[in-house]
Amino acid sequence: MQNAMIIDPKDNVAVAIEPIAAGDTVTYLKEGKTVSLKATEDITIYHKLATRTIENGEPVVKYGEHIGVATEQIPEGAHVHVHNVESMKEDRRGME
Amino acid sequence: MTFYGYRRPDGRVGVRNRVLILPASVCATDTARIIAQQVEGAISFNNQQGCSQVAPDQQFTMDVMAGYAANPNIYGTVVVSLGCENCQMDLVVKAIEERTNKPLKQVIIQEVGGTLKAVEIAVRYAKEMVAEASMLQKEEFPLSELIVGTECGGSDPTSGLAANPAIGAMSDLVVQAGGTSILSETSEFIGAEHILARRAINKEVHDRIYEITSRFEAHFHAVGEDVRQGNPSPGNKAGGITTLEEKSLGCIHKGGHSPINAVYDYAKQVESKQGLVIMDTPGNDPASVAAMVAGGAQVIVFSSGRGSPVGHPIAPVVKVTGNKITFANMEDNIDFCAAPLIYGEKTVEQLGTDLLNMVVETACGKQTKAEALGFVETAIARICNYV
Repeated sequence: MQNAMIIDPKDNVAVAIEPIAAGDTVTYLKEGKTVSLKATEDITIYHKLATRTIENGEPVVKYGEHIGVATEQIPEGAHVHVHNVESMKEDRRGME
Repeated sequence: MTFYGYRRPDGRVGVRNRVLILPASVCATDTARIIAQQVEGAISFNNQQGCSQVAPDQQFTMDVMAGYAANPNIYGTVVVSLGCENCQMDLVVKAIEERTNKPLKQVIIQEVGGTLKAVEIAVRYAKEMVAEASMLQKEEFPLSELIVGTECGGSDPTSGLAANPAIGAMSDLVVQAGGTSILSETSEFIGAEHILARRAINKEVHDRIYEITSRFEAHFHAVGEDVRQGNPSPGNKAGGITTLEEKSLGCIHKGGHSPINAVYDYAKQVESKQGLVIMDTPGNDPASVAAMVAGGAQVIVFSSGRGSPVGHPIAPVVKVTGNKITFANMEDNIDFCAAPLIYGEKTVEQLGTDLLNMVVETACGKQTKAEALGFVETAIARICNYV
C-alpha cells in the first residue's frame, strides 16, 4: 500500500500520506512505478522523508523546486524537517 | 475543445447572462439589494466601500465596480448611487464605459426622491434588461476565450499535495488551449517569488513580480511585522511545512508550469488569450476573487483543504479539495475531489483533465455547489488590509 507520495519526479523528499513508524517500508509512486525504501525513524503524516541520501548543503527538492538546503547529511528514509533543513535565505533579487 | 457562451457587444464572451444592480457605495447597497430581489435574473452584492476612502482605496473600489459591470457574465448594469458619495455616478459610469459598451442605466437615490422611487425606476430598467438578455442564444466558442481565475483558501497540507497541483495541471491545459489563467494572492508568493520570477517571460515581468511582493512585505514592515520571521508558523511546522519556500510553493502550484506573461494590478482588465498571468491581490479570498472577476474571469477555481463555502455573484466558483474527509463532510459545498492524486489512483495529468472538463461544463451552464446555495459573498480590498 502506498503510504507516501512525491509531487515531481525531481523531488528528493517524499511526503507521508499515512503515519509511518521507524522500520516501516515506505512506498510511493514515481512516474507510474512503485518505489520502496525503509523509514529510519517515525514520520508524522504529511511530514517529509528523504528518498535518497541528501548531502550537507545540498538543496532539498519538493514540487520539483528547492525548498531549502540540508544543514547536515540526511540519510535515505530519515525525517526531513526544521532540524536538518534551512530556508535559502540569501536575497536573490536582481541576481537572475 | 469548445464551450457555449454569450457573445457581448464589446467582443468578450460570457458564461452566465445576468443583470447587475451595482451599488456605487455602501449607502446604496440595501436599495440595490431590494431592486435585485424584485427581478429574477438580476444580481447585486454588498458594497462596503465607495465613500470616505483615501485615493488608492477608492481606485480599488472603482476598478472592482467597473470590472464587475464589464465582466462578460453580465448582460447589462443598473448603477444605483446615493448621490453624495465619493464614487460619484459620473465617475462610475465613465469607468464602466472605458471598459465596455454594454447596456447601462443609472439611478441616483437623492435625485429621484428616495428609496421607493429609486426602486421603482431601477426595477423597470432591470426588468427590461433581463427581458433583452433572455433573447440571447448561446454560441460555441473555443477555449481560448476562457479566463480562469485560481484561488486557494482554508488550506491544509492536502492543498499543496493534491488540490493546487491539480489546479495547476488544469491551468496549463487552459494555457495550451490559448486561454488565460490568472494566478493571485501576492502575500502567498513571498518566499517563492524567485521561483515565479524565473518563469517570467521577460525582464519587465520578472521585475514586476519582485516589485509586488516587496510592496506587500513593506506593508507588513510598516505595521512592525516581518512575514519571513514568523513564517512558517508553529502550526504550519507541526503540520509538516519546513520553510517559507515550501509553504508558498504549495500556493503557487495553482499556476502550473507555464511561463508568466504579465502582472496585472488589482482588478485591472485582463485580456483574453494571454496564457498564464499574475494579478496582485491580497490573501483574503473574497477580495482576491473579486479582483479576478473584475479583471474579466468568467470562472473561478478555488481549492480548500478545510472546505470553504465562498461563492461569487458574477462568476461561478468551482470548489476543489485534496482532502477526502473534507469532501465527504462538505459534499454540499465542494465540487471536485483531488484526493485520488494522493492515493495514487489518478495522476496529476488525469486530474487536470477532469478538472478542465468540470470547468468547461460549468462554463456551459452547469451550476456549481456555491451557485446552487445562492452564495454571493464578495469583498473589495483596501490598501491597508494586507495584515
